[in-house]
Amino acid sequence: MSTTPRALVVLDVIAGLALAVAAGMVFFYAPLERVMGAVQKVFYFHVAAGWVGMLGFGLAAVAGIIYLMRRRSRWDLLGVAAIEIGLVFTLINVVTGMIWARPVWNTWWTWDPRLTTATIMELVYIAYLMLRQGIEDPERRARFGAVYAIVGFLSVPLTFFSIRIFRTIHPVVLGSGDPTATGAFSMTPRMTQTLMVSLVAFSLLFVALLWHRLRLGELGERVEQLRLKLQS
Amino acid sequence: MEQPANTFTYFIAGYAVIFGAMLIYLVSLVVRWHHLRQDEALLTQLEAEKANPQARDQAFSP
Repeated sequence: MSTTPRALVVLDVIAGLALAVAAGMVFFYAPLERVMGAVQKVFYFHVAAGWVGMLGFGLAAVAGIIYLMRRRSRWDLLGVAAIEIGLVFTLINVVTGMIWARPVWNTWWTWDPRLTTATIMELVYIAYLMLRQGIEDPERRARFGAVYAIVGFLSVPLTFFSIRIFRTIHPVVLGSGDPTATGAFSMTPRMTQTLMVSLVAFSLLFVALLWHRLRLGELGERVEQLRLKLQS
Repeated sequence: MEQPANTFTYFIAGYAVIFGAMLIYLVSLVVRWHHLRQDEALLTQLEAEKANPQARDQAFSP
């Protein structure tokens, strides 16, 4: 169990290469936006990180539903792994958004609907990890985690659609958005290609990280069982 | 023709955050893995000693 499966090593290499290609395209292939300049290039990984964050939270909700039906601890481990990775990438999404906002909106932060809902979403899942820590019984912890992941998922569509429902300064690059949005731009074919490659690279990275985190969770579960066995 | 805004510093800061956060998360996975492996080895040893206390006594005898 300690040796890394060959398929995971291959996936690591593919994900690493895909990320390198995506970064190369961002730096050297994607054109410079004519108003915002270089900071607009943060967009490619900013969107990809947001996508992976929401993917993680969505997967955790699905794992929660399956856990409640089958009561197998593997689904609980999958849920925790997906949420942890989702949190890391949502944090990247929020911080890169702030860095992009500073020269374009002339502020690091504003209580815009998208920024607010994304922050609430991040806090909802930080609370999930903190509350889990307080539950000793593994079965009860898993049941609580499953229900929380399902209910917490409500924050994901709220965040996604916030820029399409509410009046906002956050641009909607894909699809039509609020005309008052600041920092909007038209995508050229090269920009679209770079975004697509970034989305694929981040998705591969997500799967690789999820597998690693799942193995870590399994190891943690074995250690916890050994500890409980010794205590009894 | 008007030049784009000079926002190169923000661009670098953005990618430093992205790769920095990814690196920190990878390191945290590795560190947690090693700690758990150590815990597992220790608990397995304790379990074996609990199952066979004579083996522990023999190991410590001069």
